[in-house]
Amino acid sequence: MIIDARGSYCPGPLMELIKAIKKAPVGEILEVLSSDASSAKDIPEWVKKAGHELIEVRNEGDYWRIVVKKVK
Amino acid sequence: MRIAIVGGGVAGTLTANYLAMRLREEIKDKKVEILLISDREKMLYEPGLLYLIFNRVEEKDITKELKYLLDPGVKLKIAKAEKLDLENKKILLSDGTIDYDYLVIATGSRIVPEEIPGLVETGHWFYNLEGAKKLRSELANFRKGKVVVSVMGIPHKCPVAPIEFTFLLHDFFKIHGVRRDVKILYTYPINRVFVMENVSELVEQMFAEKEIETKTFFNPIEVDVKARELVSLEGEREKFDLLVAIPPHKGSKLIIDSGIAEDGWVPTDKYTLKVKGYESVFALGDTTDLPVSKAGSVAHFQAEVLAENISAEIKGLPPTARYYGKAMCFIETGFDEATYLTFDYETPPRFVKPNRFTHWMKISYNRMFWLTARGIL
Repeated sequence: MIIDARGSYCPGPLMELIKAIKKAPVGEILEVLSSDASSAKDIPEWVKKAGHELIEVRNEGDYWRIVVKKVK
Repeated sequence: MRIAIVGGGVAGTLTANYLAMRLREEIKDKKVEILLISDREKMLYEPGLLYLIFNRVEEKDITKELKYLLDPGVKLKIAKAEKLDLENKKILLSDGTIDYDYLVIATGSRIVPEEIPGLVETGHWFYNLEGAKKLRSELANFRKGKVVVSVMGIPHKCPVAPIEFTFLLHDFFKIHGVRRDVKILYTYPINRVFVMENVSELVEQMFAEKEIETKTFFNPIEVDVKARELVSLEGEREKFDLLVAIPPHKGSKLIIDSGIAEDGWVPTDKYTLKVKGYESVFALGDTTDLPVSKAGSVAHFQAEVLAENISAEIKGLPPTARYYGKAMCFIETGFDEATYLTFDYETPPRFVKPNRFTHWMKISYNRMFWLTARGIL
């Protein structure tokens, strides 16, 4: 599932991920695209706290791609 | 030519009044009609609910009939809008159809407590009149136990209100001599107690001084009614004796039913306030998807921009006004002191040290608000 939150500001991308992860089945891979650099820090921090798996944080130039797996 | 405004809250009422002032001649010559459509006869001054719950103001102080707030140049229609047909420039009402040349969408936001299972049965809130009255009775009797103040989603109306409520709650219990018997816990969805970092630092420090506990990265998914516990997505549980929620918010059902946006937040240009894809449809206030606070001051500043640009277009003048994210929020830090924030798209919030004078300004403004609604202040 791709969550394109580009153009949205902190905490928009994180809140979009939280909304999506609530509905997603266990095992689903969620990719957040965010143009707000603070997402690259805030989202991994939340993923750790919530006990999900952080697969990748990649700088794609003018946006960040953060890939998360729902594990519970 | 008809300018239709849907919504009789701060955003819609101010836009209607400012337009009437700017188009006085055109209205007199019957070239322009300003029509405000609202499904409510009264306007509620929502920031007043924060004082109503502590019995500092009553319902009559924070409600006024819309017909007394509107400029004589504005026509008022009390009806429920059921669908906005943007392609054909029509508004479907419960009792007919209205055509428009310009449309202003000012349909606000609403709480959806039913989205958190168990919340409606167990929780309290102060984000509507009915909930605030219920909470007023509860607070009048609460003397011992744990209060959880929980922000259940972002965005929500008046971002600083949960902080203000928590500060006032501390003072309220202190005044009643029971603060040591009451534990207060404040929860927030992200990794700090407020969206803006520098404000968050100030609030965290003040919460610590007042022995208000905090829990961050806490996103409630349900209330365990039997155990009286709040359950989070992160796998934590918090017991409570009194739960005061800032329930999740959504945009108006009208926006969802009209197929404009799935969650009710209207896609809006951040500077012109035009609804994306339409030249003569505008949105302002809580209903937009803009990265600004859902607050009365934002609606006020946006209404000035809209009235200036729409009236300029009608008069054949260049519409040069631009909304640049201007916002101003008072923050009550107790019953005697307050601070305020000013910020915009480019400027982070600045605030003053909490003081008595700012609190008096806020208390005065609560009474003066009706002049703002009329377009005078």
